[in-house]
Amino acid sequence: MAENIRLTRSLLPLLALLAVGCQSGDDPGLTELRTVRIEPGPEAARRLQEALIMAQPGDVVQLAAGRYAFESTLSLDVENVTLRGAGPNKTILSFENQGTGTGGEGVSITSNGVVVEDLAIEDTPGDALKLRAAGPVTVRRVRTEWTDGSQATNGAYGIYPVQCHHVLVEDCTAIGASDAGIYVGQSRFVVVRRNHVSRNVAGIEIENCTQADVYENVATENSGGILVFSLPNLPVAGGSDCRVFKNLIEENNHPNFAPAGNIVASVPPGTGIMVMAYDHVEIFQNTICNNKTANLAIVSYLVTEKTYDDPRYDPYCEAIDVHDNEFSGGGNQPSGTLGKTLSQLTGGTFPDIVYDGIVDEEKLVEGELPRPLRITIRDNGDADFVNLDLVNFEPLKLRFPKISRDLVPHDGRHEPLAPVQLKSPLQLESTE
Amino acid sequence: MTRRRNKPQLAAAGLWCLLLTLTGCGRAQPADDWPRTLSAYGLFAGNGSTQQPTEGVIPYDLNTPLFSDYTTKHRFIKLPPGQHANYHDKEVFDFPVGTIIAKTFAMRLDRTNPNSEEQLLETRILAHRPEGWIGLPYVWNREQSEAILQPAGGTVDVRWIHEDGAERTNNYLIPNMNQCKGCHRVGRPMSPIGPRARHLNRDFAYSHGSENQLDYWSRIGALTGAPSPQEAPRLAVWDDPETGTVAERARAWLEINCAHCHHDQGPASNAGIDLMTSQTVPAKIGVFKSPAAAGRGSGGLSYDIVPCKPDESILVYRIASTEPQVAMPELGKRLVHTEGLTLIRQWIREMKPDNPHPATQ
Repeated sequence: MAENIRLTRSLLPLLALLAVGCQSGDDPGLTELRTVRIEPGPEAARRLQEALIMAQPGDVVQLAAGRYAFESTLSLDVENVTLRGAGPNKTILSFENQGTGTGGEGVSITSNGVVVEDLAIEDTPGDALKLRAAGPVTVRRVRTEWTDGSQATNGAYGIYPVQCHHVLVEDCTAIGASDAGIYVGQSRFVVVRRNHVSRNVAGIEIENCTQADVYENVATENSGGILVFSLPNLPVAGGSDCRVFKNLIEENNHPNFAPAGNIVASVPPGTGIMVMAYDHVEIFQNTICNNKTANLAIVSYLVTEKTYDDPRYDPYCEAIDVHDNEFSGGGNQPSGTLGKTLSQLTGGTFPDIVYDGIVDEEKLVEGELPRPLRITIRDNGDADFVNLDLVNFEPLKLRFPKISRDLVPHDGRHEPLAPVQLKSPLQLESTE
Repeated sequence: MTRRRNKPQLAAAGLWCLLLTLTGCGRAQPADDWPRTLSAYGLFAGNGSTQQPTEGVIPYDLNTPLFSDYTTKHRFIKLPPGQHANYHDKEVFDFPVGTIIAKTFAMRLDRTNPNSEEQLLETRILAHRPEGWIGLPYVWNREQSEAILQPAGGTVDVRWIHEDGAERTNNYLIPNMNQCKGCHRVGRPMSPIGPRARHLNRDFAYSHGSENQLDYWSRIGALTGAPSPQEAPRLAVWDDPETGTVAERARAWLEINCAHCHHDQGPASNAGIDLMTSQTVPAKIGVFKSPAAAGRGSGGLSYDIVPCKPDESILVYRIASTEPQVAMPELGKRLVHTEGLTLIRQWIREMKPDNPHPATQ
């Protein structure tokens, strides 16, 4: 029996390696799953970095409780390694003293199959935890926080997977990011669940992803709770297929402290959910309340009035389905340039759901968007709505919008989006 | 750091063989076979302190080098005996397995005096192994008699007299092995950056006299397939107006300082900027491109490059910065390359707004 267990254990790293395609080769010796233990201390940062460089696939690098101070980026580039602390309030990785020229983030992950869990990353000058071009990747019970409060000098992103696939971010806490607490960009197959995000500019941002599920999160006290954005001039173009459901999105009224120039700097403080230029988004069973600009905004990239040059880019929201949400409060005090300007059209306040009405005029059939492309809204209690019809707002051409609060044109539904199926390294190997 | 091994077990071993056959994986090189000292490579005469190469080790230079906090660099390449590299017009030459590339970073103690003594800081090795390239940092000891492998990198305090006669100091950064990959990566595998035709196409003062590097490499059998230097691509020397226009020199500077990350398969590909000299689309080099994930690196500015307006261009703001998160390049740079910055500013100032004409090739 003992032999069998040992055999199984010895094969695990091997299977893991197999599953990721053996980028760096492997060792035909039989090796056990290994745990490297690191304790806090003056040499801990160097020892930890060395351990991550020397790690073998399948290793667990275990950080004891305590505080670890870093002066440069901590990076991991070995596949199937788990970096594990003793808990998000017990193992603290502090980057307060990170110097110039030592990397753009606190912790950098660039290999497949990595798990980061049970630790905190604090006060990074740049992003806290960046995972790039890898998958599957898991971030679990991680806290990213800027401890001096919400300031423009804080790093941009807390938990930041980009150009990844099969991304799982769960049970994390992200506080104080000057861009987004949890930001998943240019990725495929994404699950962001049961996280708590607060006092960031954006709580959670899904950007240029395909197939993302965002659910059971709590977003509160951010400038914007949950953003679903498609942006131009990025290598992975377009954003599609995002489900946002069963989240609590409450009182995201924090002043926007993002440095100007960044897209989130144009998000009005007091935004619950904002969908920008995305296609196929299903927003359901959320509780969205007391976001003072608007509980839900559905807009085109064109409202930002930013210049772009990207022939692949589609700046319009299409096929957005909003149903069975509970809205209350909010919209009473639109702020930010965008919020203040646009709310002039509606008497200074906004209803629960604000749609800018900017559509791709080339797609209109007899003046209307074809059904499969429409914004559909139903069964949201007594939630009110406005279509600002900005597509017709061209004062210089004496073209003015027909603002409408009528939900009838948005009656209907879209086919529910399928749940995201995340795959393990082994499953990925067998399907590829 | 040693790994425990099980006794070989028949079933497991059999499965291993099967799996190996299925996947064709090579053998991982355990950390233990990385040479611990630089002298083990036998690249230099004596203890290496004079950086005199041994027989078969070719010194070389690049037209426009990466700025590395005012250090001087000594570059060497050693091919396996009897083997050669294959020429490519655009890409890094094809080097045989066993090739060793070495780059020593040194601080000239008095930059007003070309014959001043140097302090050797580190030698970075790029070794081409059967499983791919690997980057290893060796740190010179205080006695300058040996450099020791330091996988986690480190820092060295340096002090020198600058060109303007002022004394300057720096906490010089030695990258760790992962940071090596931070720049030397195309997609997933590592790769050298410098040994491309356009960077190498220049004269070098060899011990036998001055000669074009491509010609020399071809003549001694280290390189095959190279055309004459007149037919090979050549980048401008960033600070030599005789070698190119302002735009050509600026683009050469941007390629070598930025494009190792900022190209379509580089570690910063997610930002959507490509600063290779071959890129001709204005938005791809940053003209009126909004930042993707710059955070406070935006400096409150809206676009990477605003033609004619260096002070409104994020590119300039970040090159001019030494703040963490703002400063670019984000690895290995503590000091601003003032002279390079001046060139980039001039290039942007002279851009035509309706036709930024960013291409140089």
